[in-house]
Amino acid sequence: MTTNILLAGFGGQGILFAGKLLAYIGMQQDKQVSWLPSYGPEMRGGTCNCSVVLSDAPVGSPIVLKPDVLIAMNKPSFVKYEPAVVPGGKLFADSGLIDIRSERTDITEYALPASVMASDEGLPGLLNMILLGKVIAELDLADDATVLAALRKCIPPRKADLLEANRKAIALGKSS
Amino acid sequence: MAEKVLMKGNEAIAEAAVAAGCRHYFGYPITPQTEIAAYMAKRMPKIGGTFLQAESEVAAINMVAGAAAAGVRTMTSSSSPGVALKSEGISYIAGMDIPALVVNIMRAGPGLGGIQPSQGDYWQCVKGGGHGDYRNIVLAPSGVQEMYDFTKLAFDLADKYRMCAMILSDGVLGQMMEPVAVSASDAPPFCADGKPWALTGTKGARKPNIINSLYIEPDTLEVLLDKRYAEKYAACEANEVRWDEFLTDDAEIVVTAYGAPARIARSAVTAARAKGIKAGLLRPITLWPFPKVPLAQLAETAKAFVCVELSKGQMIDDIRLAIECKRPVSLCTRTGGNVPSPEEILTAIENAAKEAV
Repeated sequence: MTTNILLAGFGGQGILFAGKLLAYIGMQQDKQVSWLPSYGPEMRGGTCNCSVVLSDAPVGSPIVLKPDVLIAMNKPSFVKYEPAVVPGGKLFADSGLIDIRSERTDITEYALPASVMASDEGLPGLLNMILLGKVIAELDLADDATVLAALRKCIPPRKADLLEANRKAIALGKSS
Repeated sequence: MAEKVLMKGNEAIAEAAVAAGCRHYFGYPITPQTEIAAYMAKRMPKIGGTFLQAESEVAAINMVAGAAAAGVRTMTSSSSPGVALKSEGISYIAGMDIPALVVNIMRAGPGLGGIQPSQGDYWQCVKGGGHGDYRNIVLAPSGVQEMYDFTKLAFDLADKYRMCAMILSDGVLGQMMEPVAVSASDAPPFCADGKPWALTGTKGARKPNIINSLYIEPDTLEVLLDKRYAEKYAACEANEVRWDEFLTDDAEIVVTAYGAPARIARSAVTAARAKGIKAGLLRPITLWPFPKVPLAQLAETAKAFVCVELSKGQMIDDIRLAIECKRPVSLCTRTGGNVPSPEEILTAIENAAKEAV
């Protein structure tokens, strides 16, 4: 089985980091994984996306054009990529930043005000992890121990103090 | 086996170079290969190596030539326009019979082109690029583990044959992350002891070595070239051809692709098989020396070939030459920085299968 995941939003929202965490979760489960950022003149505030493939077989194309799972963190990304989600696919959107909903009936949309929850809960900048928590729960992707092990791989030792906030944000997303 | 770590292709190349004992890196930044230079800038000072950002690509390749002549393992990396600038130096390296590694993380051209992935430098790198008669060993990785493994291999081959080895890759592989098994990276710097030809100083104990590419006498130069082709390049063609095959045993449609497109082509071949088309993939790993023999063998049983490349038909020439035009070869290409989807390659396979009936 292969899961093609596309994360998209503004630069600075932690899209590449969230993608990296997904890849490390896959590695913890002995899956084949790839991670590919959009690269170019993007910068903080510009558009940014990241393709992650988790598979039981060697990964072919690392470029996700038709996502099984779309994680949209801003409206331009929602508008651009929502039509590309495969039938039966899942769409996760930050409804705090995106004021429209999908009209498609062949996909499942999970709208979560992750950006609002992040500021309410004192987890600034962690809307990416809140959304990812929701993804992990709805896809039944991994248990808490696996997620924690993956987080430890992603967060460098000099930033170890951020681990707890990230873990908390993921738990918040999972339970909402 | 060591635990696998997620690494960008560019980082894997830099890490592998350090593990191979390279302590002299000379470069100039350009997207999409800058992570190689950035990694070396961080790493080299910590391990007693040299990272030098030169004033230009031309300067960097000539610094590589100087370090190579002194017998150390040395490299430079760039992307397409930068490799064009290095081509003169690569010709001199060939003329001086010294080993070096040049990495090209290709982007779209011509001119400044774009910064997205391409394979438009196939002719430039595989056919030489610089002036004069010479060859480079050209390795084409198709995943991040191969970016790591082939960098080490490239240094070994460069030293073995005293010639320039190239890693010809693209923006997808440079930028993507995959799990990589890395070996200990604290290998000692590669020393010049095994290179009696190197310019290490005579210390009054031996005759001076001379490394030069200027030979005014035609007969002298012709003898040198004949020897280089008859011995060095012929040995490469005899011993160093590398390729990978997937489902080719009974293949009627043989897809050929290298680098990132090869992994997409592999998915397309699997999809074609599911539709009942007997497709297979031959992936050249060495672009020079080119896998002519296995291609010629496949031409005996296959009905048609499909060449997938991110260029307007460059490798396809080598496919046609290898199979002596015995079978039709169609081109499946995207350019400008675009990469074909598995569906696009599948369509090309289906079309080839229809026409071959």
